[in-house]
Amino acid sequence: MRSVLLSLTAIALALFIGALILLASGVSPLVAYGALLKGAFGDAQALQRTLEKATPLVFSGLAVAFAFKASLFNIGAQGQLLLGAIIAAAVGFGVEGLPPYIHAPLALLAGATAGALFAAIPGVLKVYTGAHEVITTIMLNYIAINLTDYLADGPWKDRSPMNIVARTPAILESARLPTWGPIPSGFVISVILAGVIYWLLWKTTFGFEIRTVGQNRHAARYAGISVAKVMIATMVISGLLAGLGGAVETQGVVGRYQPGFNVGLGFEGITIALLAKTHPFGVVPAALLVGAMKAGSSQMQFAADVAKEIIDVIQALMLFFISAEFLLRRMLRMKEEAGEEKLVLSTGWGSGD
Amino acid sequence: MKTPWRTFFRQNRGRMIAAVALVLFVAYAYNRNAQITEAVLASSLRQSIPLILGALCGLIGERSGIINIGIEGQMLMAAFVSFLVNVKTGSLILATIAGVLMGALMGWALAFMSVTLRIDQIIGGTVLNMIAFGLTGYFYQVGLATKGKFQPIAIPLLSKIPIIGPVFFQNPPLTYLTLVLIFVVHFFLYYTRWGLRTRAVGEHPRAADTLGIDVYRMRYMNVTLAGMLAGLAGAYLTLEAVGSFERMMTNGRGFVALAVMIFGKWDPLSAWGAALLFGFATALQTQLQFMGALQIPHQFIGMLPYLLTIIVLAGVGGRTRPPAAVGQPYVKE
Amino acid sequence: MSEYVLEARGITKRFPGGVVANDHVDFNLRPGEIHALLGENGAGKTTLMNIIYGLYQPDEGQIFVDGRPVVIRSPHDAIRLGIGMVHQHFMLVPVFTVTENIILGAEVVRFGIVLDLPRARQQVLELSRRYGLEVDPDALVEDLPVGVQQRVEILKALYRDARILILDEPTAVLTPQEVEELFAVMRQLRDRGVSIIFITHKLKEVLAIADRITVMRRGKVVGTTTPDQVDEQKLAAMMVGREVVLEVQKTPAKPGPVVLDIRDLRVEENGVPVVKDVSLQVRAGEILGIAGVQGNGQTELAEALTGLRRPQKGTLVLDGKSMPFNNARILIENGLGHIPEDRQKHGLVLPFSIADNLVLCTYYKPPFARGWQRQPQAILENAERLIEQFDIRAAGPMVPVATLSGGNQQKVIVAREFSRPIRFLLANQPTRGLDVGSIEYIHRRIVEMRDQGVAVLLISAELDEIMSLSDRIAVMYEGEIVAVFDADKVDKATLGMYMAGARRQGDDELVAAGVRTQTRA
Repeated sequence: MRSVLLSLTAIALALFIGALILLASGVSPLVAYGALLKGAFGDAQALQRTLEKATPLVFSGLAVAFAFKASLFNIGAQGQLLLGAIIAAAVGFGVEGLPPYIHAPLALLAGATAGALFAAIPGVLKVYTGAHEVITTIMLNYIAINLTDYLADGPWKDRSPMNIVARTPAILESARLPTWGPIPSGFVISVILAGVIYWLLWKTTFGFEIRTVGQNRHAARYAGISVAKVMIATMVISGLLAGLGGAVETQGVVGRYQPGFNVGLGFEGITIALLAKTHPFGVVPAALLVGAMKAGSSQMQFAADVAKEIIDVIQALMLFFISAEFLLRRMLRMKEEAGEEKLVLSTGWGSGD
Repeated sequence: MKTPWRTFFRQNRGRMIAAVALVLFVAYAYNRNAQITEAVLASSLRQSIPLILGALCGLIGERSGIINIGIEGQMLMAAFVSFLVNVKTGSLILATIAGVLMGALMGWALAFMSVTLRIDQIIGGTVLNMIAFGLTGYFYQVGLATKGKFQPIAIPLLSKIPIIGPVFFQNPPLTYLTLVLIFVVHFFLYYTRWGLRTRAVGEHPRAADTLGIDVYRMRYMNVTLAGMLAGLAGAYLTLEAVGSFERMMTNGRGFVALAVMIFGKWDPLSAWGAALLFGFATALQTQLQFMGALQIPHQFIGMLPYLLTIIVLAGVGGRTRPPAAVGQPYVKE
Repeated sequence: MSEYVLEARGITKRFPGGVVANDHVDFNLRPGEIHALLGENGAGKTTLMNIIYGLYQPDEGQIFVDGRPVVIRSPHDAIRLGIGMVHQHFMLVPVFTVTENIILGAEVVRFGIVLDLPRARQQVLELSRRYGLEVDPDALVEDLPVGVQQRVEILKALYRDARILILDEPTAVLTPQEVEELFAVMRQLRDRGVSIIFITHKLKEVLAIADRITVMRRGKVVGTTTPDQVDEQKLAAMMVGREVVLEVQKTPAKPGPVVLDIRDLRVEENGVPVVKDVSLQVRAGEILGIAGVQGNGQTELAEALTGLRRPQKGTLVLDGKSMPFNNARILIENGLGHIPEDRQKHGLVLPFSIADNLVLCTYYKPPFARGWQRQPQAILENAERLIEQFDIRAAGPMVPVATLSGGNQQKVIVAREFSRPIRFLLANQPTRGLDVGSIEYIHRRIVEMRDQGVAVLLISAELDEIMSLSDRIAVMYEGEIVAVFDADKVDKATLGMYMAGARRQGDDELVAAGVRTQTRA
């Protein structure tokens, strides 16, 4: 309950400062936020757009939150997501003659695997060379951008005469994920996965190992847990979730791989994971919130003439306030409870300790 | 008594050998084609400037115990502010000062988050980056153009020396300033009271505290000062290197700078060597591509600096020793 | 001139959570005396000293220096008033030289900012000569033995013209010989007019060196006395509040077959050997104590034996079975029990519940797990049973162990390790930082394990603990076992000689005792 209150306060504060920025640039916050709300929930179409935007965010939020449980910071969700998106697209347009109930899951699986393998790299590097995952995953993001750009502009480029940009051909109908009314099936998958992740973390021995490694790596080793294996496995699962997010985006929304559609999804995962206090069930509402902001931003731009990027600012502010627990607790006169689980990422670089 | 220089030579034997090999290679290349060699080397230096400034920024922070992964954001915000001020006033000097001050403000914000609010430092840096991405994206308007950029100033006599002259002594002012700053930071870190206290605060803050050194103040001051260096890097990008601003124009240099810092073992001069190495890699591949010597898609060339960063990190990881207290918030008893 | 150089009146300090660490404490120090402040861990001694040194602010009370009331807001103020403190955990920067450490915060500079290290070095040399505290001003602190590091700490205070010197548990890390040297230095300082507050919980030392003794218990001053008015028993009673059994009750050991057999164990740290070809055998039903000054390879030896570190060479046989290194899981499954040196770092996951910590080594086995699924009911029942059986004081099995006192945290570890069927127990500093009640309890439990036929290897920096618990004692010095004794055939002073490296047994003797496999070439 307390953590929900903390998150809500952080969101409110971020929206408030966002309003001040809007005022400073000569826009009425009421008009802007009103348009945002309308664009996100105004009608069935708006709602579908929100859910579509939220779907990959649930995945990337889960990816980041899951890695946090082992005290790993997967800033590379972005790159894993890109790879998942393009591999799913390749399977989606390249493999022909399969029925939908095989083709769509196959493409999803391919995307997930791509993300998982790509995330294994920083995991292995961290365990065996001590290279800190924060820098390696960021570097891998840039590599993923270049790699996907090469693929979409080279071997997998859409060769139709009308096309001049870097993108793949459209995926086949059999690889597309259906939408049920306003609800995209990908969203349903993401919510189910949130449940699975919860079960994995708190009801299984593997989850216990992950959380032990996250809270005290030394004690984990002492207890006979293989920290190396757990860390790599955690990164792999985290990458799998991110890759799946990319695949769902490709198969459920965009219909092909096209750079630019998924910019920032991985970074938004960080905000979402922290707003959710790294809890899988918190990820879904947090992703819906950010998804709604993204869905409504076009309407806001149109109706109130506000640059879309304001929502990036608001998100960054949310991240700031939710991280500044110390500040929030002061404001809410809330005491810290002894022995709370803490998220600690800043252990030394490269010292392997 | 061991002199710092002797220790420096002893600890950097491997790098010394690499440096000699590099000099020989350059001499050979110069013999083959003087113009291209000079061009590549000059380009290496240009590429290394934002990296070494970023690395110095990270280094001062980490030497005082604060991890700074917000260098990217600090650079970007500073680049943007420099750009805006230049567009509005037409002054390069004012624009540079504005960029540096913006960097300081961002540094102060990081200090505020990590010292006062005790936000995990890596998350604090991420916040800084996201705020910079968001704000620069929001306030950027397409179509603005800078009024001029810094032009090279040839230093009399020195610029006439073969190789060294064109590479080091025909540069625009911010490059000269950076070269001076590397040595200034080195001197201050190892030979002054401030440096001794800074290192103490990064290694054993409680020991410093028990001797009456104000750990919080040192950290605030140093991270803010260091932010000015990142700010200078941002100003360099818009006012000297590119001459304009684009969204996300820092392109990961702030993160690469961290790898430079680690490769340079948190030492200003070694970090400069590392930055030059990164600059050289970038310049060389650009040149090769330009000459058509490589038939590789440009995206793979574009990956090189990032791959190099990963390789460097994996290579030195576990064998370097960061300041002992880095990343841990200091809580007074 | 006032009668006291330092006086604290009515000092009260409360910590968040309602702990009253100091409750109206009065304390005074005369010029040129050694005043011992005696008390158990957690009695409030260090809190009082931290208040005097400006690290904490008292909630009530007043401090006087030379009879004048003063407010000490920071160590800076304390230093200005002539107060110096040597902390229990040294406040030295390991990668700095001795000179740099000494001048830090009071640097000698030119032009206002530039360090003048040559002059500083000269000053350090003069100071060390004047007080007979020999140090190499250019040595890196991390390369120095603890005894020398302590000298650097004292020099640091003297460099700042300290007239009042607080020594917080200074003997904890020293050999008996080093303790004698320290006492000589203390006497010399006293004779030069320095007033010393000597914080300790060791009764013998207090009687040996103090001019006056103040005893604290549970945040209050019990009384002030002099060494000629009391003896050990009386002091112990004042300190603990009841009669204390100073000796551990145990019957002679009945050693069985060899359980732990290690040969030629070599551990290197950055290429430097820290454990040098150590062999050891521990039998069922005996306690083998390893005496030695901290940092002589005990930690690395323990890590190698418990699967936390891969040694460069050597073999490990447990109960007749050859064991792999660097695999804690296999060792645990074959009967290893381990009380780690640093309970909060290695032994516990602080934010986890008592119940989860109690299954930290067995969480994956029935009844605590079925396949992948954890079994919360079984985990909870296990916790309830062990909390009862090992007398762990806590609000319930689901509270985080972080909320427990140090003694109860250690009981959680003991309960976890002793409730498994173990064959070999490695107890590393099992009572560090605990109060007397908990120490007695844990000692009793360890002896019980021995009597049940467990082979016990005890590593401790407390020589008294080694002497009172062990059946055999091996001395470790610079990574080697330099001597082995039957516990009843050796005294503290003799052990001290070996611990300091002044003596070692002949190789033939060591080979005969099984701690070497061959004589040195």
